[in-house]
Amino acid sequence: MAEAGYALEARGITKVFGLHVALDNVDFGLRPGEVHALLGENGAGKSTLIKILTGAYQPTLGQVVAEGVPVTLENPQQAQKYGIGTVYQEVNLLPNRSVAENLFLGHQPTRFGLVHRRKMEQDSRVILKRYGLDIDPASELGAHSVAVQQIVAIARAVELSGKVLILDEPTASLDRNEVERLFEIIRDLKSQGLAIVFITHFLDQVFAVADRVTILRNGKLIETRALDDMTRTDVVRLMLGKDVAFSGATAVEDARPLGDVLVEFKNYGRKRSVHPFNISIHKGEVVGVAGLLGSGRTEMARIMFGADAADEGSVTVAGKPASIARPTDAIAHGFGFCPEDRKAEGIFGDLSVRENIVIALQGKLGWFSALNRDEQMEIAGKFGEAMDIRAASLDMPIKLLSGGNQQKAILSRWLATDPDFLILDEPTRGIDVGAHAEIVRTINRLRDEGLALVVISSELDEVVAYSSRIVVMRDREMVAELNGENINPGVIVQAIANHREPAA
Amino acid sequence: MMRRFLSALASPQVIALVGVLLINWLLFPNFFRITWQDGRLFGSVIDVLNRGAPVAILAIGMVGVIATKGVDLSVGAVMAMAGAVAATMVVAGYPAPVAVAAALTVGLLCGLWNGFLVAVLDIQPIVATLVLMVAGRGIAQLITEGFIVTFNDPLLIFIGTGSFLGLPMAAVIAICLLILVTLLVRRTALGLFIEAVGVNRAAASLAGIRSRMLLFLVYGLSGLCAAIAGIIVAGDIRGADANNAGLWLELDAILAVVIGGTSLLGGRFSVPLAVVGAIIIQAMNTGILVSGFPPEFNLIVKAALIFLVLIIQSPMASRLVPTRLMTREGSK
Repeated sequence: MAEAGYALEARGITKVFGLHVALDNVDFGLRPGEVHALLGENGAGKSTLIKILTGAYQPTLGQVVAEGVPVTLENPQQAQKYGIGTVYQEVNLLPNRSVAENLFLGHQPTRFGLVHRRKMEQDSRVILKRYGLDIDPASELGAHSVAVQQIVAIARAVELSGKVLILDEPTASLDRNEVERLFEIIRDLKSQGLAIVFITHFLDQVFAVADRVTILRNGKLIETRALDDMTRTDVVRLMLGKDVAFSGATAVEDARPLGDVLVEFKNYGRKRSVHPFNISIHKGEVVGVAGLLGSGRTEMARIMFGADAADEGSVTVAGKPASIARPTDAIAHGFGFCPEDRKAEGIFGDLSVRENIVIALQGKLGWFSALNRDEQMEIAGKFGEAMDIRAASLDMPIKLLSGGNQQKAILSRWLATDPDFLILDEPTRGIDVGAHAEIVRTINRLRDEGLALVVISSELDEVVAYSSRIVVMRDREMVAELNGENINPGVIVQAIANHREPAA
Repeated sequence: MMRRFLSALASPQVIALVGVLLINWLLFPNFFRITWQDGRLFGSVIDVLNRGAPVAILAIGMVGVIATKGVDLSVGAVMAMAGAVAATMVVAGYPAPVAVAAALTVGLLCGLWNGFLVAVLDIQPIVATLVLMVAGRGIAQLITEGFIVTFNDPLLIFIGTGSFLGLPMAAVIAICLLILVTLLVRRTALGLFIEAVGVNRAAASLAGIRSRMLLFLVYGLSGLCAAIAGIIVAGDIRGADANNAGLWLELDAILAVVIGGTSLLGGRFSVPLAVVGAIIIQAMNTGILVSGFPPEFNLIVKAALIFLVLIIQSPMASRLVPTRLMTREGSK
């Protein structure tokens, strides 16, 4: 990869955090005048790579090369000097200052040592025109739509840097027309010779705007290729690591006897979050949910549990109509939910393992029937043992446990409430092999005990192994429900990748 | 049970209190002398309890708020309002119990208003309670029409200056509140829920805790405690001074809670240790007064104490000292 002609290059980058290898010997080359999509599931190492390219992190091994010259980027300001600018998903400008000030913040034109406001606004008008924006540079930035703010952020990054533009999920909060407008700007910048890195979870957008694609998985470089000769299925296959060619219809186990329908969602949906879906879940079955990140799988789980309220459709539990507007409603019906982001929404880091396990049960019991310490110890001990939680003491803060043990504790928390229906969002992400096996074993055990489960997972082999049905999500919509011999990674990958009007 | 009690006695807060008391004793050898006179106890230590009671009562309310990652800046102003309400009502001829009940109701409503701003409108606690901190004193001044309203009602004066079993009434009220609130949070699941909301409100909601109700409750309790403190202070000076009653005491209350080991980032809290924090502050105040130093020293010593606590709680210190001094393991 040493040939000249790259605007920016990463050579053999390895980044280690503690014991965790976030990036493992990754090469990445960016040509001037190309849009280069960087793809990978969460935890694949995309953001670590970006942070190294922009100087926010230093690589443990390897080198960043700007226009053929090895450079050491100590911080983002230095990266800017080498012409590298970044625009993040959330616009990080100052919404309460004017558009012009945002464009020129830090390098305002001055006269007699004071900001030359008139010149700044004139210059701004010229710059904005280039981006097709006809807005008043003196107006407050926050008064404009997110799309306009995003374009201002891009304009600022290009003005400041001018060679490499890194766009980190710039379209996440834009609607279709706004995305199209953004793409026009991207194509325009590309024709001016800028090298552009584009990170997104939307495959359609990758195919619409990118020339080449680099795919990362678990911190390793999987492939860098031109997009012309790739299909959607190829891309998904590489992202998820499933070799479609070899996975024909797997032998299906005899259909397990299904229990009665426990929960049924009819036309259940929430605007701007997930399209209405229909799904019924039986006692003693696992319904797997597959789909890429951002496909609406987490949103689906959240409205099932009432973490976000559904604004249309209905739900019945054990044949009776139910209303689930908040988690307490769901818990009263015997639901439990392990969220995807364990640290932000799952654990109470400073509280003990014991308290983390009993809290949902205590919440169900209410304020005044408090479990005393001995009862808490007994419950935590019982479920902790069943789940094989490895902790020196149940009284130690849960934040000191490994991710796998934390996940087991959250699962124990719900098992302690004696649930009928569990929703698990990526229960095995980012945990060690032993804990992984324990959780899969528990899912199987609970299913055999007659619980109804919905399990969201990117690990297709795993979902296939324990699910009796698989629901596929794409673009915030439930697009397929797979049964019987269709439950195999190949079919799932096809279903995830397929476009309404089949491409390629 | 006994062991846990003993380990609580070994907490850094209690050791610090003993240290401050010993310094007071060195500076003023009569510090621990207690005499019995007219059916009540007298002495510097008793004075510490009496003078420290209002801040201790504020701290009892404040500690729950801070444990939820909040703060209640309005307690000083609520004290002024409660005092003003009680005083003007007895002056207007209402019976003292009615006046006291009205003042407590005002405090509770103020607290619930703060709770509404924080829990429902999702306003940052420091800003939400700033509203009432500013407005409350103004309302108190409107109630008293700008005067210091003095009264002679025996019941109100008894609340401020009376004694029970030889102890000053203010201290007796503080001790009762301490026991009541401690039982309330530790014998029910409230304490666990408050800590859970403070550590991670998103996770708490997903675990089925009604965090809004809980926030209403802690801010309501804080308002109620402030009203009690306000009545005591008014009874003590036999009048309601809208300008000065409770002035800056919210800061002392916050300091007491922080000295008591509750982090301003929420989570683990202890009601008794917050009260110990309040007594430490008062013991320093009294110590400086009785030892003849000019009272201006008070502020500087207090600032030094804040500085010390902040350093002990800083991330740097916890890196240097692996067993963190200011956090206690499992309470109850």
